[in-house]
Amino acid sequence: MKYIDVNQVSKRMNGRIAKNNILKSIFLAATVFGLIVLAILIYRVIVDSVGWIDWDFLTGRLSTAAERAGIMGAILGTLWMMLVVAPVTLILGIGTAIYLELYAKKGKLQSIIQTNISNLAGVPSIVYGILGLTIFVRAMDMGNIILAGGLTLSLLILPIVIVAAQEAIRAVPSFLSEASYGMGATKWQTIKNVILPAALPGILTGAILALSRAIGETAPLTVIGIPALIIPFPEGIFDKFTALPMQIYYWTLDSSLVAEYANLAAATIVVLLVLLFVLNSAAIFIRNKFQQRF
Amino acid sequence: MSLSIVKENTEMQLNVNNNVTTAQASNKLVFDTKDLNLWYGNTHALKDINLQINEKEVTAIIGPSGCGKSTYLKTLNRMVELVPTVRTTGEIMYKGKSILDKSFKVEDLRTHVGMVFQKPNPFPKSIYDNIAYGPRIHGIRNKKILDEIVEKSLRGAYIWDEVKDRLKENAYGLSGGQQQRLCIARTLAIEPDVILMDEPTSALDPKSTLKIEDLVQELKKDYSIIIVTHNMQQAARISDRTAFFLDGEVVEFDVTDTIFTNPADKRTEDYISGRFG
Amino acid sequence: MAANNNAKNNYVDVKGMIAKNKQAKSFSTVTEKIIPIILFLFAIITVFTTVGIVFTLLTETIEFFKLVPIWDFFTGTVLKPMSQNPEFGVLPLINGTIISSVIAMLVAGPIGIMAAIYLSEYASDRVRRVIKPMLEILAGIPTIVYGFFAFTFVTPLIRSIWPDVAATNILSPGIVMGIMIIPMIASLSEDAMSAVPKAMREGALGLGSTKLETTFKVVIPAALSGIIASFVLGISRAIGETMIVTIASGSSKNFTFDITQSMQTMTAYIVEVSGGEAAAGTTIYYSLYAVAMTLFVFTLIMNLLARYVSRKFREEY
Repeated sequence: MKYIDVNQVSKRMNGRIAKNNILKSIFLAATVFGLIVLAILIYRVIVDSVGWIDWDFLTGRLSTAAERAGIMGAILGTLWMMLVVAPVTLILGIGTAIYLELYAKKGKLQSIIQTNISNLAGVPSIVYGILGLTIFVRAMDMGNIILAGGLTLSLLILPIVIVAAQEAIRAVPSFLSEASYGMGATKWQTIKNVILPAALPGILTGAILALSRAIGETAPLTVIGIPALIIPFPEGIFDKFTALPMQIYYWTLDSSLVAEYANLAAATIVVLLVLLFVLNSAAIFIRNKFQQRF
Repeated sequence: MSLSIVKENTEMQLNVNNNVTTAQASNKLVFDTKDLNLWYGNTHALKDINLQINEKEVTAIIGPSGCGKSTYLKTLNRMVELVPTVRTTGEIMYKGKSILDKSFKVEDLRTHVGMVFQKPNPFPKSIYDNIAYGPRIHGIRNKKILDEIVEKSLRGAYIWDEVKDRLKENAYGLSGGQQQRLCIARTLAIEPDVILMDEPTSALDPKSTLKIEDLVQELKKDYSIIIVTHNMQQAARISDRTAFFLDGEVVEFDVTDTIFTNPADKRTEDYISGRFG
Repeated sequence: MAANNNAKNNYVDVKGMIAKNKQAKSFSTVTEKIIPIILFLFAIITVFTTVGIVFTLLTETIEFFKLVPIWDFFTGTVLKPMSQNPEFGVLPLINGTIISSVIAMLVAGPIGIMAAIYLSEYASDRVRRVIKPMLEILAGIPTIVYGFFAFTFVTPLIRSIWPDVAATNILSPGIVMGIMIIPMIASLSEDAMSAVPKAMREGALGLGSTKLETTFKVVIPAALSGIIASFVLGISRAIGETMIVTIASGSSKNFTFDITQSMQTMTAYIVEVSGGEAAAGTTIYYSLYAVAMTLFVFTLIMNLLARYVSRKFREEY
């Protein structure tokens, strides 16, 4: 006895196939939607910034007068802050990764540290801002200087750098380290001379991507308290400062008062995006250039 | 419209064939392959294949790894199209209709030509839902009918007694051999004409293998079965006809006894006597 | 004897050098012992970070609850921190946070999952290789840029269609936050769906299923835990997002469900209060920590939930 009516099945087939094709187009549209928004966003920012990005803007000092405002101070502030973030996160990030991957015994302590790192990655950035405000700015009495901002952002991206470094170290094949041990090298010699050099491109790629996350971060800086108008350029990590995203924030907020501030914000966004583009290209370049083929 | 006419013909043929008891007596073709060529990108995987496969028989396809036997099998239900770079020329007629023609809907083809895969691949659902999956997508919603189909299919695959008390349990609780028979039952549930089997016992232990082989003997009363195997004893045990593939070509195709006792081609003899492969 | 020695000196005496170096090894054995300790101290900094966060939030929150009863804080619908008779009800902020997150997920959920389906089940390798990096760009754009986009483009756009919408409102940042979260949900869900074995799809296709049926009846049920986890992480991201809502939703502490109006989220409140340089020791200053603590607990629960879902319900194929 047959339960399935071949004619029924055949009759329904066209409908089922049509449904598949219609939904396929809808899925495609959903995929493209994000890209269209991306295009509009970039187009809008560029249109708003046309005529505002010039040498005076890039090298000038901040000013309340839109025509005379320049963002050199914010650029320097961002760069100085990265000079704090990069070494701090690289040293702590690589150190932690080496410890977890190569020294820590598999056990409770190691699993606590590991779980803690993945939890930290999910803490909102503004909470790091409060930590920075409480510890660096107030308890250590640094005030809202570059060092305080840099250390806050370092803690924020440290979990990302650690995880990237762990993956890079794990990707180093064991025969390399075995060869080193086989020649009588000690553990630290093997790590320093064999494992780290092999893992370095992966670590750097991850670190640069994390750094570009830090460059765009605004929320922690707003909590630390960055003045809206700071005229002198920062000359070291103990100076008060502003940064590119902070300038975008202030100018966007005040664009309802002074329409031209929206143009300044857009122009600053272009500078920020170009900086991020350069960093990401560097990361991709390092990944492709030094990708080891074991 | 024309499609449903073909199906009515199919029904009629089935009725006729039910009266014929011995498989060999039937000379009705289920698949007629004419000058089939297939490329994966630039790799010429199947070369000028010509094969006539009879209804209600077990046809075995043997040959060394990479000879194209699985590729040929997967061409018969166009599963091969899942590889994006694939390209074919020539023709495969299924009961008089060209299946490689794009107007022949693959979904339609696959409801007539079921497939059992190399590794058991039940869905991560209950045993019941695994079997009911096919009937459901083909529009059967009635719970009572579904229950009947599930029982009939599981009985047909000789696994009913083992699972009847745990139909609601996850199929992954079954052993490998049971999973494979479940997958056969799942195929039976859509009531196909043909069952393609792609090395169905390669992942199983000897005991489960024998069970599946017995099952194949039972199934050929109602279904045309094409089985790819790298196990020559298995082909000799269960098949009526055997095709020997080598480097994408059909070297020899004949009644199984002839292939194994008196092959016409030297290469067939070499392969069967274990000189390569 | 001497001649022999001279002859030997013509070669590099490897054995001798190694032996000599072994004498200096005492220094290197010290290194071998000290290095792990230093590295351990580095690793423990991450633990200190967590302890630091919890400790600072907790101590100052306790101070806050000495000034404002905990019950009033969590049930109060009025938030007037700057008024002569300040009131500290957190519900307006929780309400704003939930509403903006719901709007964001209404955008990001369906679009993200549909994009994941397309990329995982329909797109060819070539299309996938083009689209995925572009979605990553979308994910890499700083949130402040999205804030600018919401305030200067999306809000005016919405108001031109729907004039009732206020200049600062929760709808626009909610939508833009959703767009920001799309790549995250798409990418995590796609990972979960791609992890479903190919054999499972072949089984379904072999029974005559269309791709759509295979996707919805086999692939998605099998990948469900990963997909749910991606949604939960998306919600967590929306709850913690700061700049978009701070810029585009204003600072009205309305307790309302009217999405055309300005509302404040927990994150935006933290920015407003801390940016105002509230003097240490005041009630407003402590309220910062109480709100941050609430936010921290919210996101922590979401993150733990995501991990629980993906562990507990991981399918074993």
